[in-house]
Amino acid sequence: MPDEGGKVETAHADAGLAYESSKLGIWIFLGTEVLLFGGLFLAYAVFRIKYPELFHRDHLELNRTLGTVNTVVLICSSLSVAAGITAIRNGKADVLKKSLVVTLLLGATFLAIKYFEWSEDFAHGIYPGTDVFFSLYFMMAGVHGFHVLCGLLVMAWLLVQAGRGRFSAEYSTPVELTGIYWHFVDLVWIYLYPMFYLIG
Amino acid sequence: MSEEKAAQSGPGRGYLEEKGWRSWAYTLDHKRIGVMYLFTTLFFFLLGGVFGMLIRLELLTPGPTFFSDQTYNEMFTMHGSMMIFLFIIPGIPSGLGNFLIPLMIGARDVAFPRLNLASYWLFIMGIIVILFSLAHPMDTGWTFYTPYSAKTAASVTVLSFGIFLVGMSSILTGLNFIVTIHQLRATGMSWLRMPLFIWSMYATSIIQVVATPVIGMTFILLAMERLFGIGLFDPDKGGDPLLFQHFFWFYSHPVVYVMILPAMGAISEIIPTFSRKPIFGYKAIAYSSIAIALAGFLVWGHHMFVAGMSVYADVIFSILTFSVAIPTGVKVFNWIATLYKGSISLDSPMLYALTFIFLFIVGGLTGPFLGSLATDVHLTDTYFVVAHFHYTMMGGTVMGLFAGLHYWFPKLTGRMLDERPAKTAWAIIVVGFNITFFTMFITGMQGMPRRFAEYPEKYQAGNVISSIGAAILAFGILVMFYNYVRCMFRGAPAPADPWRGKTLEWTVPSPPPTENFETIPTVTGWPYSYGGKGDGDA
Repeated sequence: MPDEGGKVETAHADAGLAYESSKLGIWIFLGTEVLLFGGLFLAYAVFRIKYPELFHRDHLELNRTLGTVNTVVLICSSLSVAAGITAIRNGKADVLKKSLVVTLLLGATFLAIKYFEWSEDFAHGIYPGTDVFFSLYFMMAGVHGFHVLCGLLVMAWLLVQAGRGRFSAEYSTPVELTGIYWHFVDLVWIYLYPMFYLIG
Repeated sequence: MSEEKAAQSGPGRGYLEEKGWRSWAYTLDHKRIGVMYLFTTLFFFLLGGVFGMLIRLELLTPGPTFFSDQTYNEMFTMHGSMMIFLFIIPGIPSGLGNFLIPLMIGARDVAFPRLNLASYWLFIMGIIVILFSLAHPMDTGWTFYTPYSAKTAASVTVLSFGIFLVGMSSILTGLNFIVTIHQLRATGMSWLRMPLFIWSMYATSIIQVVATPVIGMTFILLAMERLFGIGLFDPDKGGDPLLFQHFFWFYSHPVVYVMILPAMGAISEIIPTFSRKPIFGYKAIAYSSIAIALAGFLVWGHHMFVAGMSVYADVIFSILTFSVAIPTGVKVFNWIATLYKGSISLDSPMLYALTFIFLFIVGGLTGPFLGSLATDVHLTDTYFVVAHFHYTMMGGTVMGLFAGLHYWFPKLTGRMLDERPAKTAWAIIVVGFNITFFTMFITGMQGMPRRFAEYPEKYQAGNVISSIGAAILAFGILVMFYNYVRCMFRGAPAPADPWRGKTLEWTVPSPPPTENFETIPTVTGWPYSYGGKGDGDA
């Protein structure tokens, strides 16, 4: 969990070791996330090989513009998180706060666009269960969206903590861990985008 | 046991000193969290055992006598699900593992103590959700195969969510242990000076972290199938029910090694202590744990030989399945070589450890019959399978847990177990276990199918014998638990190192103080220095 770093003085001999442990922990956690999505990716591969024409026909129904915009939004949010981490490493807490606000807004934009996109899909009679392609689309985008939502909640918590002046050049582990997590969530979308919107 | 030491480390001191429920519910102490896991999992062991006894009661007669078919289905599902998800999987890793890992590697706690507590409460939340599903009890068997699980009136969706939470708890515990073992070993404890229990817990944690997310997603998909009819497992909608089985066994086969590896770790500690001999083949045992963890991921298809996979997949899975026997055999031979010419004392932990080896060999050797394609077709879904996995899981894992509980009871509670009731219970359990489950090999080969309340009359003799054995087994377990409970309060105060063990947990008082070590120890050798040939580092 991203917020675990730094609270482990009892077990670790020094802060450096605690930082390393937190880093190792978040990477293992992301490994489990890869496997969580792995099952869905496998299902996607199986069914795409089985029904190539269905996948091609169905993907034309999705709103490619909104998907592309969302990809850009999410990449920008990764940039703002990275900017925040660099800032706090140099001790600039106010820049961190600003970049967290930007990230929160971009993440919220992503979810808002997703909301409109899905409303449009429902209006066109596209639901999970319509066929295998759309089921996978809703499942994978849904699980991904849930991860975005979790990331935003953690990010809001970070903002509160940053407001209390908890992070500094010496201690910014939770910010870094959340950043790593956020990049991962971003990366998942970068796979999902061509898999669903750009089937040749 | 010297008087002075006993006085220093009597009960009522150490990590158990603080009283009140808050001191437990909010504790960050790995020892307390481990104890809470032990109590929770052992409770479900007893409850799951009650369901097992009800199954045996029904099978006394060929027809459905005591319960309807539906009730019977619910009972074997309860028995399997509780034993697997709420007892065997978390039992040794989360219970003994939590308690012992920091003590054995010379650390003050696990790497993430708050996460550790969160794991425990996630586990409890999962259990509560699972209990809600009892409104419409599950009747699918513990394997939840589609399409039936997508259609039954039972609360599959609720249960899926509960198991997802339990799985998350398992993942976080595994993650915590991996980081702990990497980061918090005391100075001088190189990888090849770690106790073998730590090696096996490391291998276990890898499996938990790698396999559990997949079952998590499988249960989400199953729940979505029921809520929205997403159709990924439904042939009518272009889905594939076999995909569910692949997902399910990709987790559920490796997870049998989550169950057995920690038990093997406990055995690897107990055998040298009670043989007064350095462990034979330290490296081989250590690496074979990792080998089992890795090979265990490649064999899930052997649960599906009759499910309609391609013949080529069957053959490959069959060959890979046999390869798991190699590292397993390596361990067994090394334990036996450790016993050879040792000065063996048959205290209760050792009795259980030797029983583990014996029963696990029976369970292990009946595995290849099921891994061979031709015999598997005959034996699939018969009592032979039931006997095989009870010999590995109960004869293996549970005996390993009992061995570990008897071995570490003084450290856990600060009190000694009474040896005589412990040995009596052991004798009853061994007799009862073998009568119950060995008979099942025979009835299974004769063709007795599993998961039916009714069976042809020709199988009745075997079933009656199994049921009688089960009653004996249950009685033995009750005697053992009576001994645990009595000695928890009345046992003689335990010295720091009652068994003259060499691992670090025996260097601290019983029960250990909250901070584990006054000063973190510096390790200068491996923990199996009993003198004589083969002593020294690995």
